[in-house]
Amino acid sequence: MSSYKYNNAITNNMEKTININLRIWRQRGPKAKGAFESYKLDGVSTDSSFLEMLDQLNEQLISEGKEPIVFDHDCREGICGMCSLYINGHPHGPDEDITTCQLHMRKFKDGETITIEPWRSHGFPVIRDLMVDRSAFDKIIQAGGYVSVNTGGIPDANAIPIPKPVADMAMDAAACIGCGACVAACKNGSAMLFVAAKVSQLALLPQGKVEAARRAKAMVQKMDELGFGNCTNTGACEAECPKNISITHIARLNREFLKAKFKD
Amino acid sequence: MSTDKKTKTIVAKIPEGALSEKWSNYKAQQKLVNPSNKRRLDVIVVGTGLAGASAAAALGELGFNVLNFCIQDSPRRAHSIAAQGGINAAKNYQNDGDSVYRLFYDTIKGGDYRAREANVYRLAEVSNSIIDQCVAQGVPFAREYGGLLDNRSFGGAQVSRTFYARGQTGQQLLLGAYSALSRQVHKGSVKLYTRREMLDLVVVDGKARGIIVRNLITGKIERYSAHAVVIGTGGYGNAFFLSTNAMESNGSAAWQVYKKGAYFANPCYAQIHPTCIPVQGEMQSKLTLMSESLRNDGRIWVPKKKEDAQAVRAGKLKPTEIAEEDRDYYLERRYPAFGNLVPRDVASRAAKERCDAGYGVGSGLAVYLDFKDAIERLGKDVVETRYGNLFQMYEKIVDDNPYETPMMIYPAIHYTMGGIWVDYELQTTIPGLYSIGEANFSDHGANRLGASALMQGLADGYFVLPYTIQNYLADEIRTPRISTDLPEFAEAERNILERIERLMSIKGKRSVDSLHKQLGHTMWDFVGMGRNKKGLLKAIDEIKQVKKEFWSNVFIPGEGLDLNVELEKALRLADFIEIGELMARDALHREESCGGHFREEYQTPEGEALRQDDKFNYVACWKYMGEDKEPEMYKEELKYEFVQVQQRNYK
Repeated sequence: MSSYKYNNAITNNMEKTININLRIWRQRGPKAKGAFESYKLDGVSTDSSFLEMLDQLNEQLISEGKEPIVFDHDCREGICGMCSLYINGHPHGPDEDITTCQLHMRKFKDGETITIEPWRSHGFPVIRDLMVDRSAFDKIIQAGGYVSVNTGGIPDANAIPIPKPVADMAMDAAACIGCGACVAACKNGSAMLFVAAKVSQLALLPQGKVEAARRAKAMVQKMDELGFGNCTNTGACEAECPKNISITHIARLNREFLKAKFKD
Repeated sequence: MSTDKKTKTIVAKIPEGALSEKWSNYKAQQKLVNPSNKRRLDVIVVGTGLAGASAAAALGELGFNVLNFCIQDSPRRAHSIAAQGGINAAKNYQNDGDSVYRLFYDTIKGGDYRAREANVYRLAEVSNSIIDQCVAQGVPFAREYGGLLDNRSFGGAQVSRTFYARGQTGQQLLLGAYSALSRQVHKGSVKLYTRREMLDLVVVDGKARGIIVRNLITGKIERYSAHAVVIGTGGYGNAFFLSTNAMESNGSAAWQVYKKGAYFANPCYAQIHPTCIPVQGEMQSKLTLMSESLRNDGRIWVPKKKEDAQAVRAGKLKPTEIAEEDRDYYLERRYPAFGNLVPRDVASRAAKERCDAGYGVGSGLAVYLDFKDAIERLGKDVVETRYGNLFQMYEKIVDDNPYETPMMIYPAIHYTMGGIWVDYELQTTIPGLYSIGEANFSDHGANRLGASALMQGLADGYFVLPYTIQNYLADEIRTPRISTDLPEFAEAERNILERIERLMSIKGKRSVDSLHKQLGHTMWDFVGMGRNKKGLLKAIDEIKQVKKEFWSNVFIPGEGLDLNVELEKALRLADFIEIGELMARDALHREESCGGHFREEYQTPEGEALRQDDKFNYVACWKYMGEDKEPEMYKEELKYEFVQVQQRNYK
């Protein structure tokens, strides 16, 4: 009978552990005043993920009878977009092209102090500690981030050929996981990259082209209404996007938005 | 549905006629609801994964008033998002011999002849419409240079019928369903309730009439009513603690409806996926899947010589230094016809067999998945285009480059074929209560084929439930809106508050996770890939111990009626413990091996699963009889009229 074997042989290295210091933002509620609190955590396996390190800290807090740190997370494989930590000044931490849950402790040094904050943006109010309210993203999609088709009565999937490079480009944009790192990274708190990813994906495809301009206008209007800032093309969003969404999609959004304005 | 208490049997209301005509016949004869009545009928859909989101969107489009609930902050984050490889359909775009019948047949056979023929045929029939629907929504499926859709192969099939969007097919399909859902939210036909967790079902005069939920932000208990309730809350694989499921995936909604009278079918059928990243440490919180699509081009092997395996484990030998003739491509050796693309249960058991025999690599519980030949044949670029995101994911977790050294993989809990029993209409044994997607038991028998979960979730949500639920709702048009002030709602809420109070007041010493891990060890050791009578009896005993420890020694900080993550986890674990016991009980009763359920006592001389068709050709439907009472089992006999039942052969 096989059982879990807890050793680290899969990387053929001896297991390494590090001791770290943590500065973590704690805040009871949206209107409460928050502050950093410091914690010391010993014996963190370098093979642990960043969230597993937080699990370990929470177990330590619970064993001391204290309330654990609240943070969003779910799939822990970089696709659900739930995790949302601002680590040492970067959304999703220092590593490239990944979400917080895919960040591993081998990227940190023994004795290092790690600062963890929630996404900070007008559009994403803090709920508690590191958990924020991103329902504004849903509202933007509801404003027009879809193709207006009902279920059933659809022509055959191969009825309209789509050039592979176009489909691939649409897929690049569609890879957005809606985590909000782009907003957190932006000094203006703009949601342009998020909006552009959806507008661009659907504008590229013949199925979505029909209502592309209308969609762009509705989504941008909603974004403005919800208190997200303006885009000033700093490119910080692209640099921090865990899915490498390119700011060229913002250019396509602007084109569709202008088309809609001309029609007005 | 009709049950017979004397014979302890249950029938599924399968329509008459030839297999290919059953669904058409059903639709021709079912009752419908006219548009003005639809507006007056409320439907609760719990869950926003592929099944829940597609059902809520489709019902909203039809004009019903839909209330849709999800546990995450947005419907787009349901765990369907993490499905990687693809979705099956019988389009036969590749002209390689596919058809509705062949997809049906492969699914029945893949399920080891433990699924209902009529359901599976309907699934294959509607599969093509799903692809059309998704393309129309703007799902960017992979395409050929000619502009038409591309396909790849998945386990258990000899044709290429799997549609995909890189390694993120689940994400793209879910975002498609989410967009359709968002459109209905905008129109006002669907009202969305996020960060809500269902804690009970409300039954009034024998009919499902509402749910009790906990608002995860305020901690307050809320009541919602409707004319019908649909459960699309996924599977219960997290009973094992470590699985490929998301952290919040849970079996509680299914368990609550079971306790309210819905039957739980085949709980022991759990799928163990062969290609996951192996367990690496004590603090590990979940396991990560490496898509089955990798088996299109990757070859699975272990060293042929035990001394090489030992040297690799000790770090003295690298896999790339082992000569071709010293490698055992055991799937290709044992199953030449399907090779690396045998179904998941077969591939998982074969990996376990090699590791148990001492040929495992890594910690001893791992095998290689090697792309050397694929890179030589296709070039690194092509391999990167096909699997780039998976390779990146592997590298981030393991810190090893799979383009240069083979991946290490091992089986892990992935999916549960068992679930809430439903009839042909997807209705449970409680009138007005439906279950869709992974939450029900319906289509996969004892083993699900790769790329069929997405197909079933969307089939149920877009194309089956929106029809069948009308057959019920047509008789509800005179029922006014249900009041949440009814005593049944008050009582359900009171019970929940008492349960929360009881949990909060234990104030013991153990954290929820430590108890969940304890349960997980028992489940994996005795209710995992290999099961036997002695082990299962031990498991039941150990699970009872965990239950006792949980209810006397768990510690939950904070307040009951406030945001409290530990309390959320505790409420789920309380149910997982009981689910785990029912899984073990079901596995104990099923004295045969079939699909993902492998009883070590029942195997062929070659180590293949040995079914006992004369005794177990039925769906085991468990009925809750009360706290600490043994559940009763009802049987739904499986009749195979159109396929010939035989031993599965992938050789």
